[in-house]
Amino acid sequence: MIFGAILAGGVGSRMHISDMPKQFLSLGNKPIIIHTLEKFLLCERIDEIYIGVHASWLAHMEDLIDRYIHLKKDRIHVVAGGSDRNSTIMNIVAAIETDHGESDDHYIITHDSVRPFVTDRILNDNVESVLKYKATDTVTEAVDTIVVSEDGKVISDIPDRRKMYQGQTPQSFQISLLKRLYGELSEDEKNILTDACKICVVRNVPVHLVAGEVSNLKITTVSDYNIAQAMVGGERID
Amino acid sequence: MINYVYQLVSPQVFSIKYEDIDFSDKVIIRPRYMAICHADQRYYLGQRDRKVLAKKLPMALIHECFGEVVYDPGQTFEPGEPVVLIPNHVDHKDPVIYENYAKGSYFLSSGHDGFLREYVDLAADRVVSAKGIPGHIGAVSEFVSVAVHAATRFGKISHEYRDTIGIWGDGSLACVVSCVLKKMFPKSRLVIIGKNPSKLSFFSHADETWLSEDIPEDLRVDHAFECCGGEGSYYAIDDIIHYINPQGTVMLMGVSENKVAINTRDVLEKGLTLVGSSRSGRPDFEKAVEFMKDPRFTRRLGLIIYEDKPVTSIKDIHRVFRTDLDTPFKTAFRWEL
Repeated sequence: MIFGAILAGGVGSRMHISDMPKQFLSLGNKPIIIHTLEKFLLCERIDEIYIGVHASWLAHMEDLIDRYIHLKKDRIHVVAGGSDRNSTIMNIVAAIETDHGESDDHYIITHDSVRPFVTDRILNDNVESVLKYKATDTVTEAVDTIVVSEDGKVISDIPDRRKMYQGQTPQSFQISLLKRLYGELSEDEKNILTDACKICVVRNVPVHLVAGEVSNLKITTVSDYNIAQAMVGGERID
Repeated sequence: MINYVYQLVSPQVFSIKYEDIDFSDKVIIRPRYMAICHADQRYYLGQRDRKVLAKKLPMALIHECFGEVVYDPGQTFEPGEPVVLIPNHVDHKDPVIYENYAKGSYFLSSGHDGFLREYVDLAADRVVSAKGIPGHIGAVSEFVSVAVHAATRFGKISHEYRDTIGIWGDGSLACVVSCVLKKMFPKSRLVIIGKNPSKLSFFSHADETWLSEDIPEDLRVDHAFECCGGEGSYYAIDDIIHYINPQGTVMLMGVSENKVAINTRDVLEKGLTLVGSSRSGRPDFEKAVEFMKDPRFTRRLGLIIYEDKPVTSIKDIHRVFRTDLDTPFKTAFRWEL
C-alpha cells in the first residue's frame, strides 16, 4: 500500500505572525494544511493519509478535518508527532504498522504540511519512483550559485552549480527500508540526521531524484506566507 | 485546494495562475488527454485581432478534453470513471434555443479558462461518461460533437432528398463531419472536395473525392457542408452555390476572420438555406460518445489524430503547439502536468 504522511509537528516558532503553528494559518479561505491534505486526497495512487501533528494541536487538526473535508474522511488518520521530523515520521510508521501490519510492499510519501502548492504530477512521480527505487527525493535545480563557508566568514568552496539541487518534499521511502536504517542510528546520529533522505545517503542507499516545482514553496517565514497569499490572490491576514 | 491553471498571458507566453478551488457540489476531474483546436492555435500564435487578444487573455486554452473523475459529491460518476468535458457554461436552459447559441452561455477557452489546468471542476451536467473509449480518441469528443450537432441540425432542416451530400474541405473538420454523416445518413453518397491530394487520400470512407480545380461540371449535390474556413471559405461557398441542387441546405462550419462575399443572386434563385453551425451541446456529446464506442468509427477517427508525447512541463505545452503546426490533422497529447 501507499501511504501519505503529512508532517505538521512544528509549532511555528519561526513565523511570529501569531501563536498558531504556520500550517494552520489561512491561505485563501482555508488553512494551509487543508490545501495540502486535499491534494493528497485527490491523488488516486495514495491509499491512506496520516498526519503527524504536535500533541497540543491534535484536537484542532481533527476539528479542521471535520469542518473542511467532505470526502474520503475515513482514509485520514491523525497521529501525535515526535520531537523532530524523523521521530514524527517514525510515529506515523508505527501507526501505519498498527493499522496495516508490516510489509515490504508498504511505501510512505512524506510531505511538509506547509507545502500546499504540491501538484498531482509531483505526487505521482514520487509514487512511480519509490515503487521502482525504494527511496526518492523531490528537488529543483539550483538557480543561485551555492557558496560553502566553513566558518560563516570566508568562502571555503563554490561547488559546480550544475550539480546542485534544492531539496523539497515529498520524500518517499519503502517503509521497511526507512525503518531499518533509522533503527541502526545512534542517538547522536539521530540528532544530526534530521533529513530522512540523508539517513539513506550516509548508509549508501541510493536516493533517486524527482523534479519538483519552484512553486512548491515551503511556507516558513512571513515573506513566504505573503508570497503564497499573493500567489492565490488572497489578502494577507496578520 | 490550490489548483494550477496554465494561462496564455500573451502569444506564446504561459504563466501559472494558482486558483483556490473548493470541494462544493461540482465534479472534480483530472484531465488526462487533450486535443488542440485551430482556435487555440490562433490564440497561441497571436493571430486574433489585438483587441480580441487584449480582451480574452490571460486565459487557459484547450476545450477538447478527456479526463477521470476524482471527486463527485452527487455520485453521478464513480471515482476514476473516464469522462469527456463539455466546455459550454449554460446559465439557463431554453426550450427553443440550443445551449451553444443561447444568450448568457459562455465557452471555456474563449474568454474563460479552458481545460489546461491541473484539475477541472464542473457541474455534473457538463460531464459525460466515456467508459470504454481510449483516451487519445476521447480527447477529440468535443470535435466529434460539433460534427454531430451540425449533422443533427442538418437532419431537421434539410429536405428529404439526400442522395448526394457534398463536403467542401479536406482537413480534420471535413473528415469528422464525413465520418458522422456516414453514421447518421448511411444511404447518402458522400462527395469530398479538397485542395490537397494527400489529405484527400485519408477519406477512404467517402464515395468520391475531387480536387477543387477538377470538379466535373456535371457534379450535383443535394446538400453541402462547408468545412474550410479562413481564406478558403469564399471559394468553397461559391462552388457550393454553383454545384448544389435547388432548395439545398448549406451548412456553414468553417470560421473566417474576414467577411466573406456570397453570390446571393444564385442563393435566391435556387432557394437555398444557409445554416451557421458552431460548437455543440450535451445531447451532441452523448451521441458523439455513443459513436466513439463503434470500433469502425474509432479506427477512422484514429487516422486523423496524431498523439504527441505526454506534456509534463510548460516547455512541453509549447512543443505540442509547435507539433500541431506540422501535423495535417488533429494533435492530441496525454496531460501529466
